[in-house]
Amino acid sequence: MLIENILEKLSNVSGVSGSEIKASSLIDEIFKKTCDKVKIDALGNIIALKSGNNRTNNRKIMIAAHMDEIGLMVKNIDKSGFLQFINVGGIDERTLLAQEVIVHGKNDIFGIIGAKPPHLQKKEEQNKSTRMEDLYIDIGLSEKDARKQISIGDFITINRSFTYLKGKSVSGKALDNRAGIAAIIQCMKELKYIKHYLDVYFVATVQEEVGLRGATTSSFNIIPDIGIAIDVGHGRTPDLAKEDTIELGKGPAIALGANIHPKIYKRLVDIAKEYNIPYQIEVNPSSSGTDAWAIQVTQSGVPTGLLSIPLRYMHTSVELANINDIKLTGRLLALFIASINDTDLEEWLCY
Amino acid sequence: MLLKKLTEAIGVSGGEHEVRSVIVKEITDKVDHMYIDKIGNIIAYKKGNKNPNKRVMLSAHMDEVGLIVVNIEDSGLIKFKSVGGIDPRVLLSKIVYIGENFISGVIGTKAIHLQEIEERKKALKIKDLYIDIGTSNKEETENLINIGDYIAFNSKYIEFGNNLIKAKALDDRVGCAILIEMLDKEYDFSLYTIFTVQEEVGLRGAKVAAFHVNPDIALVVEGTTCSDVPGTESHEYATRLGEGPAISIMDAASYSDKDIAKTLYQIGIDNNIPVQYKKTTFGGNDSGAIHLTKEGIRTGAISIPCRYIHSPSSVMNKNDYYNCIKIINLFLEKIEGEDFHGFHG
Repeated sequence: MLIENILEKLSNVSGVSGSEIKASSLIDEIFKKTCDKVKIDALGNIIALKSGNNRTNNRKIMIAAHMDEIGLMVKNIDKSGFLQFINVGGIDERTLLAQEVIVHGKNDIFGIIGAKPPHLQKKEEQNKSTRMEDLYIDIGLSEKDARKQISIGDFITINRSFTYLKGKSVSGKALDNRAGIAAIIQCMKELKYIKHYLDVYFVATVQEEVGLRGATTSSFNIIPDIGIAIDVGHGRTPDLAKEDTIELGKGPAIALGANIHPKIYKRLVDIAKEYNIPYQIEVNPSSSGTDAWAIQVTQSGVPTGLLSIPLRYMHTSVELANINDIKLTGRLLALFIASINDTDLEEWLCY
Repeated sequence: MLLKKLTEAIGVSGGEHEVRSVIVKEITDKVDHMYIDKIGNIIAYKKGNKNPNKRVMLSAHMDEVGLIVVNIEDSGLIKFKSVGGIDPRVLLSKIVYIGENFISGVIGTKAIHLQEIEERKKALKIKDLYIDIGTSNKEETENLINIGDYIAFNSKYIEFGNNLIKAKALDDRVGCAILIEMLDKEYDFSLYTIFTVQEEVGLRGAKVAAFHVNPDIALVVEGTTCSDVPGTESHEYATRLGEGPAISIMDAASYSDKDIAKTLYQIGIDNNIPVQYKKTTFGGNDSGAIHLTKEGIRTGAISIPCRYIHSPSSVMNKNDYYNCIKIINLFLEKIEGEDFHGFHG
């Protein structure tokens, strides 16, 4: 299957932080096709091992991408059957009005996010963005019927179908970070044809959006020699500063900063140059805000790298990415893994 | 289903061609004569059995609110303006179709991580927004998009909840659907159904069509605002979903003919069909143009309540639709024997 078609499935499936089960079943199925061993840990992380070609090596690299997405959660069912809700992760309240949603109750229930109509709003209200406490979900059921289907705490996702745009652009919900998962799958594909000595642990982590929690436990379990996180980075649009953004279609961004081991950064850049893979540089002055942060401080510490896939409109339901960037991310990762075959890790990573 | 076909067709005011051809196809076999006038209205005629010179006109507008391309930026992004009344806040994070080739684009916004606290509180205006079709420069976009291309919401017809429908453009494809259903019966008088253009930008189609038809009686069938939702006091409810079609008494553009309004309401009461009065004077519809035609035309309006009207996701109740058809049917039967000029329901 083409990587864009895999990404379509990944984007459309639901998996709000803390309730990743549907996304996880899909990813588990895909990982099993190429990996030797796949297990799911206590928090729900999927850990897949693709063994190295040199069994005497026993070195481990962890490649992590989070599979959870931001979403909403039912807070209240009112006397007319409307639902009040809260956010799970960093939702932009301004983007919620008139969205279609799926409430994941006993069954999946369709609804619309509504607010007081504009003609009943006071002038000053019309200049303000919509706030979550003034919004509600209309599911078209009475309170009694709503309660039969829905409970407080049920997760909610935006009902959005993945869309193919022009060029190699695609748009959908949850591309943060299903684009990262797709890049991992691309890496698995590439590794079929490349000899690698390292044991590769591919991890689809849970609960990144609420505090990097899945990466914390999965990296403790694996204790990798090297950890690489794959996530998304802010894509450039004219209303954003150049220094805050990376360009779509110009390849993966290799991250740099306190969170990143300098030798890993350098090796990623060298490999990109050697194989003519277009790349960009993303500077993370302190925290990268990604799983790389949790991985770096696991047990006695893990040398860590981070690749970012450029993504416009992050944390909206119309996130926009470029398929080539995702493919190149997977390819760069695979070539990086293979480049370590004969490297003496202690010597290489020594400060 | 008829409403699915009609709401998924595109027809932003001034660019109604797709929805017009859907309607023409639906009514061709049902009418005696049909023609498309000089500004794009469909005027369909069903000759009366006994009194063909008595003319009753049913009117629904086929245009919908939408957007239009006004500039293509160096980045390849598309700037737009609204066609008809749209609250810009419903545009964020939506998918749209652009132009006659229905090119998909998204209305994205700056990521929350990069917004200042103050920015998060302010409603964005249309001038702050743009559409991204995935191209990377002006030339690529120009090969696909023209200035002036119409832009419509991408929104599927979906049935949900207890008898509800979600779709774009229920205002006023629901009226178009009802008009099409009314063409199945025969009447003593001649029945004109007009499907008008450009209601959302100033009741323009109806003005011309009504002049042409010059009916004795006109009835506008609309989708109207419904505000029976949290955050609104019950006295502010313009209409209530599922409580029957709403009869207009007055709005900002016209008074309904008193006899017509009273008769429509009384038909509901007498026959145990849910019916309600529209309790806001805000806005207007094609009645505003029709009743001022020539020496004046006796005009009434009956509307289906629609929540989230003028957004990609408007919502109506199917029962209101069926009850509206029942009331209009009974109304037409009742006036069959009437001398319209002396008509007092």
